[in-house]
Amino acid sequence: MSSARASTKGMDAMNGHSTYGAEGRFPAGRLAFPHRDLTGIGQLARHEILYLLAEAEQWVELNRQRSKHCDLLSGLTIINAFFENSTRTLLSFEIAGKRLGADVVNMQAATSSVKKGETLIDTAITLNAMRADAIVIRHGSSGATRLIADMVDCPVLNAGDGSHEHPTQGLLDALALRHKLAELGHTAEDFTGLKVVICGDILHSRVARSNILCLTALGAEVRVCAPPALMPAGIAAMGVHVFHDFDAALQGAEVVMMLRLQQERMAGQFIPSAREYRHLYGLTRQRLARASEEAIIMHPGPMNRGVEIDSEVADLAGRSIITAQVEMGVAIRMACLDVLTRPARGVEGWAA
Amino acid sequence: MKQARPLTITGGQIVTPGGLVAGGLRCVGGAIAAVGAGVMAEAGDEVIEARGKLIAPGLVDLGVFAIDKPAFHFGGITRAALMPDQSPPLDYPSRINFIAKSGKPDLWVHPLAAATRALEGRELAEIALMKDAGARGIATGRRWIADSGVMLRLLQYAAMLDLVVVSHAEDAALVGEAAATAGEIATRFGLPAAPAEAEALAIARDLALAELAGARLHIRQVTTARGFALVREAKARGACVTCGITPAHFMLSDLATADFRTFMRLSPPLRSEADRQAALAAIADGVVDVIASGHDPKGPEDKRLPFADAAPGMAGAETLLAMVLGLVRDGVIDTPRAFDLMARNPAQVLGVDAGELAPGLEADIAIIDPDAPWIIDRRKMAATADNTPFDRQGTQGRVTALFKGGIAI
Repeated sequence: MSSARASTKGMDAMNGHSTYGAEGRFPAGRLAFPHRDLTGIGQLARHEILYLLAEAEQWVELNRQRSKHCDLLSGLTIINAFFENSTRTLLSFEIAGKRLGADVVNMQAATSSVKKGETLIDTAITLNAMRADAIVIRHGSSGATRLIADMVDCPVLNAGDGSHEHPTQGLLDALALRHKLAELGHTAEDFTGLKVVICGDILHSRVARSNILCLTALGAEVRVCAPPALMPAGIAAMGVHVFHDFDAALQGAEVVMMLRLQQERMAGQFIPSAREYRHLYGLTRQRLARASEEAIIMHPGPMNRGVEIDSEVADLAGRSIITAQVEMGVAIRMACLDVLTRPARGVEGWAA
Repeated sequence: MKQARPLTITGGQIVTPGGLVAGGLRCVGGAIAAVGAGVMAEAGDEVIEARGKLIAPGLVDLGVFAIDKPAFHFGGITRAALMPDQSPPLDYPSRINFIAKSGKPDLWVHPLAAATRALEGRELAEIALMKDAGARGIATGRRWIADSGVMLRLLQYAAMLDLVVVSHAEDAALVGEAAATAGEIATRFGLPAAPAEAEALAIARDLALAELAGARLHIRQVTTARGFALVREAKARGACVTCGITPAHFMLSDLATADFRTFMRLSPPLRSEADRQAALAAIADGVVDVIASGHDPKGPEDKRLPFADAAPGMAGAETLLAMVLGLVRDGVIDTPRAFDLMARNPAQVLGVDAGELAPGLEADIAIIDPDAPWIIDRRKMAATADNTPFDRQGTQGRVTALFKGGIAI
């Protein structure tokens, strides 16, 4: 399968002309994505992000068919090693692997028993010895994925490491957003000038970091909003505008991305109460009115309805793309698994 | 082992507090007998020709976490003050007694007594008994004593015993489980971080309590601009305070921790570039009294971990001399001041008769080629572990011969 298969027929038809995903749009073969692993958006150049998004389009289409299967990765073994509890991301990776025809094995290790390092390293060596063709890792410590990637011979995908990055989430958010914008009649392949607010627990959020990197790489104007205790120092250096007043941050925003409070990562008290948090940072109907008229609502899930986002906003038809995000997640993960296993599968032009 | 035959080193540049003096020195019975331009070998002496190299006092390393003779000898260190953070902690007189004798004859270990039992920061340890057993100072260990009442009583007790208190300056509640200094790097890499002000807070309290108690305080590592400012002010008003630093904090900033390099995981964590510049300024203007290696060899079981889970510390004994001589080459300090920082001042803080080349003192001597080039390579280290933050860095300055008590090591 070549990159030329990255068709965007649906959107091309909508836009009336071919804008992205076309043949010759990206460097040939492996030059389009010369990385062995996907440990973070921070390692990717703008065109590499666009390439993964373009590659995902074919899988969006496939996933909408009755028969959602393809034998591209048949015979390959993908191990999902999750050292931190997860339901949706694990499920999404599992479905992605299975739809591509790979043998998918899930390893869910309770956080407590594998907190210590020897186990992590030994586990990596064990997985490697089992000759996995790709390993998907989620771990509670920042940098854990990179550490494992350095010790194994196969591609490693980061499914979230501590408060560092969650690259597939950043990519799927971009894909979902791009689909929605196309639906609204925008023709650009990136987000130049788009005003995006990310509000919530920025300090502990790997989703926020991956999204900041991805959105700014694609040209969006990103505003981050959080109470001071949940705002990491020096975040402005990542090219974002810092707000503590949600109402001010919402002015003219075209996209509002809400984040969950990550109580499990908080050592000590960061906010007085959920009620008070909602009072200041909850996305309510009234607050949403401050944003631009057709503002798009996003949330990486799982949602705490009635805390950071009200149910009526989360379910707002035509505005909320929260379920579309989940749908795009499978497509993005299929694209990543496909692209990263190409050298091993001997795809022409993809020799490592 | 006692020196059998007198030793004369000739034809070198003798490092004295006043400056470099061309000449030599003669050692008899383990002590320095004569130093200067006119020193001549006598009949029957063992004679060593220094060939114009530096003849310097053996280094006194204040605050190491492990006794690692090969690394110390490689780095020209003849005396090391051992931190109480051992297993079990040095909070008991018999352990102090054992450790104090453990390095002889070719390395003298000066144990620092644990300030509190098990270094928990709650109950004072038996400090007077440990002093008699050979402790040369008291240390709070890797951590700060959070309870100000305990710290005051400790300082009063130390003042009575005339022992220095070596403190670790990081406000424990503010630091928590942090592994990095709050700032862009920690934010980008999602590392648990604490503001650099945690150090100034701790220093301000410890200074106030030490002045109240009339105690001698040595802050083992000061690493931030505000920390140096506090020490500078305290010295100006005559407080009995000294402070130190390790090469990592004047050579590296938090930028080096990028990509989760756990060899850069230190305690306190690496600071911003502005703080690194402040450290260089403080070394230049005399606020810093001691540069120590902070030698803390850690193997892969402690370092091949995600950054925040890795143990802090660096193997620094081999690179201390070269890094400080780098400051001389960069014009930050001159050669005599370099050896004040690495030998004379730490010896004074510990109250030991060493760290200087003067008649009557123990003949701990290093012959040093300050320009000898070498590349720091963690695969070729003498230390028990390879966790140097300076791997593959080119540097200059090597010990060519080392003597403890007049005997070549």
